[in-house]
Amino acid sequence: MATDQQLSVPHVLGIKYLEAADVELILDTAREFKEVINRPIKKVPSLRDITVANLFFENSTRTRISFELAEKRLSADTVNFSAASSSVKKGETLLDTVNNILAMKVDMVVMRHPAPGAHHFLASKIDASIINAGDGTHEHPTQALLDAYSMRDAVGGDLRGKRICIFGDIKHSRVALSNIFCLQKLGAKVRVCGPPTLIPKHIGSLGVEVSYNVDESLAWCDVANVLRIQLERQDTKFIPSLREYNRYFGLTRERVDRLEKPVVIMHPGPINRGVEIDTAVADSEHSIILEQVENGVAVRMAVLYLLAARRKTAAVKPA
Amino acid sequence: MPSPSIIHDSARFGLTIERLCRHLIEEHGDFANTCLIGIQTGGVQLAERLHQRLQQLGHPSLPYGKLDITFYRDDFRTAKGPLTPHETEIDFLVEDKRVILVDDVLYSGRTTVSALTALNHYGRPAQVELLVLVDRRFRRTLPIRADYRGISVDTLHDEYVEVQWQELDGADQILLKRS
Repeated sequence: MATDQQLSVPHVLGIKYLEAADVELILDTAREFKEVINRPIKKVPSLRDITVANLFFENSTRTRISFELAEKRLSADTVNFSAASSSVKKGETLLDTVNNILAMKVDMVVMRHPAPGAHHFLASKIDASIINAGDGTHEHPTQALLDAYSMRDAVGGDLRGKRICIFGDIKHSRVALSNIFCLQKLGAKVRVCGPPTLIPKHIGSLGVEVSYNVDESLAWCDVANVLRIQLERQDTKFIPSLREYNRYFGLTRERVDRLEKPVVIMHPGPINRGVEIDTAVADSEHSIILEQVENGVAVRMAVLYLLAARRKTAAVKPA
Repeated sequence: MPSPSIIHDSARFGLTIERLCRHLIEEHGDFANTCLIGIQTGGVQLAERLHQRLQQLGHPSLPYGKLDITFYRDDFRTAKGPLTPHETEIDFLVEDKRVILVDDVLYSGRTTVSALTALNHYGRPAQVELLVLVDRRFRRTLPIRADYRGISVDTLHDEYVEVQWQELDGADQILLKRS
């Protein structure tokens, strides 16, 4: 019989701040939620007394919808906020914005913000559980958790000793950093591969291998996690052209066909088809890109559920 | 802490399981439209034992499932209820079926209410009956009663009933503990 566990942290600000046991707990809980979201009635009443504010100061489609769906599946009340249509445009500070929302009795905040560390600032100022849905180029913990969940499913349940390679724009990617922390906590061997201009100079200090050879890295790995070329974050020319990137660093059909073993293909989305990955590879039988999206809802339900469990109800708050 | 007392030993435990199975056969006949669902975790142990014995008694095709109610509890944030979920495994429709809901101990009735809510997410049963191994009388906080009960015990508020199983604990027995 499993013993009841709790997260060791009151917020999910980044994978770096989670224990390995926390990651395991989230992934194990997500497994039960995946069963829930495949039922005829995909809803449980766990968070019926919780209100969650989704604050998105940066564009998002997948993550915002995934969180919103997870909250609704758990019966939470939700408030959605996007910076584009808010008083932030009128000069309101982040703290004022959030305090105004909290005055409406919000228990949890899911936030995406362009400034790395914005979530830490908020966590020190407000009494609500905070989930980082992406902060600049720093971390994107729930994406890493759903990636790890999908990888575990694809390779048979245990990532210890498995070889995972993250391909592409590592420099501008919050997914890469969270993935590295998460996979290392689960005992996987991690490598990054891409053009030298898109790999941070000292990333080796995190304990990852660095390679600039896509063919060799593909032959090495069990799972290939391909990252998007983030054109919106590139104010300098890091690559000569998209076509050249595809030719030298993209997961092309020819490259994948040359492999002597199957490699699990992943991508956090949105995909630049024909740039970092060819359509034939993204849609191949070895691709689990759509499973990642489904697993994202289950993993986010687990994170919300476990954080809510740490919050005492009004009835049991100390006087 | 005082040592626990055995209120039902292994021999009587086996007899109780046998009696519950005979009672189910008496009420459900050939189990044509009946299914057995154990509530995680103690109820699953009991349901498995009942299911095995009913198969031996000539009812091999009785559908059997496991239901986890962790996400349906109304007390999961008050540190009273379990937090760690277990698997739910119901690979048949409960729509229009007679469901025998199985739990090891009936105390306040809250677990049963949560299970009824969870069960509704798998369809609308024609009937739901409750089978428990131990009925802690006079401790109910909700209008719930068992249709089939192994034993009834009268307990004080600070006492705790624990059902132990051969496969998990080394013996089939029911203990009364004082907290």
